[in-house]
Amino acid sequence: MNRILAAPPSLPSYRDQSPEVRARFLRLKAREVILKVENLNKVFRSGKRATVALNDINFATHRREFLCVVGPSGCGKSTLVRILAGLEEHTCGNVLLQGKPVSEPGTDRGMVFQGYTLFPWLTVKKNVMFGPEVNGHSKYEAERQAMQWLELIGLEKFADAYPHQLSGGMKQRVAIVRALANQPRILLMDEPFGALDAQTRCRMQAHLLEIWRKIDITIVFITHDLEEAIFLADRILVLSAHPGKVEELIEVPVPRPRHATQLITPEFLATKARLEELIYQSAIDEEEETYPPVARLADVADNVE
Amino acid sequence: MKRIRWFQVHKPVSPRARLVFGSLSFVLPIVVWSIVSYVPSVWHPLVQITNPGSVDYLQPGMRMPKEAFDTEVADAKDDDKDPPEGFPANPVYLPAPHEVVAALYSSFTTPPASQDGVWLHQSLWHSIQVIFWGFVISSIVGVPLGVLCGTYGVFSRLNEPFIEFFRYLPAPAFGALAVAILGIYDGPKIAIIVIGTFFQQVLIIANTTRKLDLALVEAALTLGTRNTQLLSRVVLPGILPDLYRDQRILLGWAWTYLIVAELIGTTTGITWFITQQARYQHFDNVYAAIVIIGIIGLGTDIVLALLGRRLFPWDPSLAKSE
Repeated sequence: MNRILAAPPSLPSYRDQSPEVRARFLRLKAREVILKVENLNKVFRSGKRATVALNDINFATHRREFLCVVGPSGCGKSTLVRILAGLEEHTCGNVLLQGKPVSEPGTDRGMVFQGYTLFPWLTVKKNVMFGPEVNGHSKYEAERQAMQWLELIGLEKFADAYPHQLSGGMKQRVAIVRALANQPRILLMDEPFGALDAQTRCRMQAHLLEIWRKIDITIVFITHDLEEAIFLADRILVLSAHPGKVEELIEVPVPRPRHATQLITPEFLATKARLEELIYQSAIDEEEETYPPVARLADVADNVE
Repeated sequence: MKRIRWFQVHKPVSPRARLVFGSLSFVLPIVVWSIVSYVPSVWHPLVQITNPGSVDYLQPGMRMPKEAFDTEVADAKDDDKDPPEGFPANPVYLPAPHEVVAALYSSFTTPPASQDGVWLHQSLWHSIQVIFWGFVISSIVGVPLGVLCGTYGVFSRLNEPFIEFFRYLPAPAFGALAVAILGIYDGPKIAIIVIGTFFQQVLIIANTTRKLDLALVEAALTLGTRNTQLLSRVVLPGILPDLYRDQRILLGWAWTYLIVAELIGTTTGITWFITQQARYQHFDNVYAAIVIIGIIGLGTDIVLALLGRRLFPWDPSLAKSE
């Protein structure tokens, strides 16, 4: 337990920011607020029982910010992003996108899901054209845009392939540009790389940062992978479970541009230690079930450790 | 030599094994039929008379039980008269394979017995038309209704409980009613096929529609799709390969109602041919007609399956099956 709870004494505080990082955060906070969540509550009712999934959530993201949301399982992070997308109704409170309340899905918010939700009956190009087309762009215009997006992610050669012919990573790249093709103000991502293998995952993270750098988009990214959150985010919204509420909004002190070698820098490790402290502490408090000691069934002399 | 493991759950079999077993599924029943038909010691409970001998009530070609024949032979021998002669035979309702094959050919080449009679191919064509219209009418209403029921809860609750009840009512039970309303010609026959198909169709297609991955609908919603567009651009294309498969199964279903349907009012089509031939004990022709129905049904299904692969290139499961 101590292994994960106490940070090694040599680490700096995760609150220490280098002058460059501090300046970045000042610039970030000077930009206008895109998304504002105020006193958001979500209660699920089944029969007479009511479960509070989200309790009094407050936060704001600025334009071109990369916000990650982490938390133990059951903290309602998926519910939160689905409310932001308008796929689920909230019980009370406000979700304001550029000042306008959110109540249903809209083209100002794009979403990337964990499962591959590309339309299997459409080719890659037609998948990307889907958004512009249903929103009244001409076929020609939609096609032109789609090809540009596919070039951006280097998949123009696969324009006429069907989704089942693509690898998992390629599918998710297409799903990202399909959402971006509508030119939303904000991109919501619900554990988008959760189903990918570790290697593909790393490459996708770098790729996503590359896309984010190049275009004017604000990203809200749900994950349960703490390293992924630190690697990607400007700020990390930490939720606690039962009921889901905001534990802390952490400003990641790791400088940009991010690189895989930063995973062992002191500020990265300090942030990770803090996240583990917040998440595993609450997870341990929550955990009622303890696992029993396992009786020995192997030969006494036959040890593996 | 590598040991072949015959029983492995959900493991695909090799192409060669597929061919072998696929052929065996047809060959084995035919082999059983041939053994019963051509090996005199297997079954053959009757004796077909070749020479009546001294027994006056016997005629050449007649079939009689073996025990009765043996008694007649014994009696004749006792009385020093000519014993009847014959060979072991099966009942007239089980012709041998070669007789059915011959009948398959001759039934198409034999002109109709009566002047107002019809050729076999005309009867068949009539049956196919009845099936076609029954299935088309059922689908015109059933498919859209099924999709609506599967998509919108309101439609589902409004229709499905009643349809669930109605589908248990046997379609032939409506025969007399159909004749009273629609006359004695093709109307009531088509109606029976519609009744037999429609209610299952709505429920099956509603179920297929409900199985559409909700995540695809949600993805479309976040891309700005609304209402009717959601139905036409996501739900319909999303279920199309499965809907096509359902329709193939339902078409087979429609065929099973054909014979009952054609008995209603004036007997027509292939059923008329079958009942006529059975009346004159031409059971080889009866089997030939049944085989033809099977060939048409299987043939249609294979053609539709191949067509499906063309129509839905994105559906990998369709390419694998068949």
